[in-house]
Amino acid sequence: MTGGLLEIRGVHKSFGLLEALRGVDLTVRPGEVAAVIGPSGSGKSTLLRAINHLEKVDRGFVSLDGELIGYARHGNTLRELTEREILRRRTRIGFVFQNFNLFPHLTVLENVVEAPIYAQGRPRAEAEAEARELLARVGLADRADARPRQLSGGQQQRVAIARALALRPAVVLFDEPTSALDPELVGEVLGVIKELAGTGTTLVVVTHEVGFAREIADTVVFMDEGVVVEQGPPDAVLDNPASDRTRAFLEKVL
Amino acid sequence: MSADLAEGESRLLYPPPGLPPGGDGPAQAGPADEDLRVVAARHPGRWIATAVVGVLLAMVVSSLVTNDRWEWDVVARYLTWPSILEGAWATVRLTATASVVGFALGTVLALMRLSRSPLLQAVSWAYTWVFRSVPLLLQLLLWYNLAYLYPVLSLGIPFGPEFLFFDTLDLIDKFWAAILGLGLSQAAYSAEIVRAGILGVDQGQHEAAASLGIPRHRQVRRIILPQAMRSIVPTAVNEVIGLLKGTSIVYVLAYGELFYIVSVIYGRNGRVVPLLIVAAIWYLALTTLITVVQYYVERHYAKGALRTLPPTPVQRVRWEIQVGWSRLTGAPVPDGVPPAFAARVRVGRWVAPRGGAA
Repeated sequence: MTGGLLEIRGVHKSFGLLEALRGVDLTVRPGEVAAVIGPSGSGKSTLLRAINHLEKVDRGFVSLDGELIGYARHGNTLRELTEREILRRRTRIGFVFQNFNLFPHLTVLENVVEAPIYAQGRPRAEAEAEARELLARVGLADRADARPRQLSGGQQQRVAIARALALRPAVVLFDEPTSALDPELVGEVLGVIKELAGTGTTLVVVTHEVGFAREIADTVVFMDEGVVVEQGPPDAVLDNPASDRTRAFLEKVL
Repeated sequence: MSADLAEGESRLLYPPPGLPPGGDGPAQAGPADEDLRVVAARHPGRWIATAVVGVLLAMVVSSLVTNDRWEWDVVARYLTWPSILEGAWATVRLTATASVVGFALGTVLALMRLSRSPLLQAVSWAYTWVFRSVPLLLQLLLWYNLAYLYPVLSLGIPFGPEFLFFDTLDLIDKFWAAILGLGLSQAAYSAEIVRAGILGVDQGQHEAAASLGIPRHRQVRRIILPQAMRSIVPTAVNEVIGLLKGTSIVYVLAYGELFYIVSVIYGRNGRVVPLLIVAAIWYLALTTLITVVQYYVERHYAKGALRTLPPTPVQRVRWEIQVGWSRLTGAPVPDGVPPAFAARVRVGRWVAPRGGAA
């Protein structure tokens, strides 16, 4: 899998009077692993959802390998694409939710093959073979016929990761993937993400696990009040933060 | 567990084996802890209530048997009378067709109501408003008189030429007038039920489906509706049962459904009560059938919502017999009976320890 180049330029997003994002600029290079940290309400999740166009942005744009997500550019105007086209472009981006959001009425295997078959039009046999490989990779080869509620939280999140990878995405976005897990289950999910970090896929991970961010991230991005306060290599941002806000946050969580 | 217990028996043990006896106080003298007797609490109120209801039930049954004005022989004779069977079949056809029309149109209305187009929303809202507000009886008579408003119906280009013409009287016979009346008003109620079901599906499911790029129609059909069905089915079955009984209102069109046939027969022979009982028995039987279907449909859509599905009544009866048989004969419980079930059958049954102090 080859990673995509993710460019975020001047993204604004408001919910009513609340300004969640106030001009976010961020570049994530192909194959780079970016960990986004920051206090709750700082706009991390909104940014992630804006990348995937689950939230429409008010201003600015997000592009993947130069292709705008959700819009087509005509001169100086951005025209929102049809839903069909947005759905097609989304298949290049995998999204892993905090609450897994597996489809509870489908088996694990059905969860994983649904998008490759019906969003990408791949043959069922090929999709199932690849899904079984992915399930083996996340250590769940023997649970293909189980339903999500029969699995532990950690197993569910690993299925969700396999489901996101089944699209062969250029970028995978993780929205606090371990926040809904019991402490003893966090490790197995982080292990899978860590393994993924070495494969060349671009990853953006919103996380509360600062230690994990240090371990896997090439870049740590600190966000507060809807803007990127600072970014850089883990040692720089986590050990010698340039901003007082970063320092104050790190003192609280470490 | 001590070795003198037969296979399949259990004994209440306190404290559980492996723990030292007497956790929070000095151990008391007396019989060994494992031989303590359990005495269930008494429920005198429950016994009195049971007796009262039992007597009332006996009174009802006795009056049904001894009062010969029920004319059970007449009931028995007419229960399978050919024209009654035809009437029951007509009732089934009306119910089935009106349910299909009602829920198909209701689903479309629900999706319109949830769409982002204000016009679609408004039309759906107005439809529900009109068809919920006008009495069904009035709607039926209106549809039956459609030929007065539009003697000829035609197919063609809107505001343009028309190709196909139908005589309204031929097209809308009694059956289709009944279906239009029942189905269209049912759609108004179904729309709300389907909409509530869709709204009940977790927002995360919509987002997950969207984030995977699954096409819109597939999201609705494969991801959202199956989960919505879990809350739709119980209310929908309520509606179908209501519709089954509601078909009796179609007798105003002199359509030959169950209730109309019954009223024609008792109009001729004057045996009003027995024939009403015949109709009641048929409605009861059909409703029972629907309820059985409901159980299995609900069970189908419960997949994934429950970790393990509850056993079907058939399984339950079979296991009950197998467990009972093995308790009678001492034979081992057959494979296939879940251990939890075998254990549950025994709950509340105190197995006296053999040769114990009790």
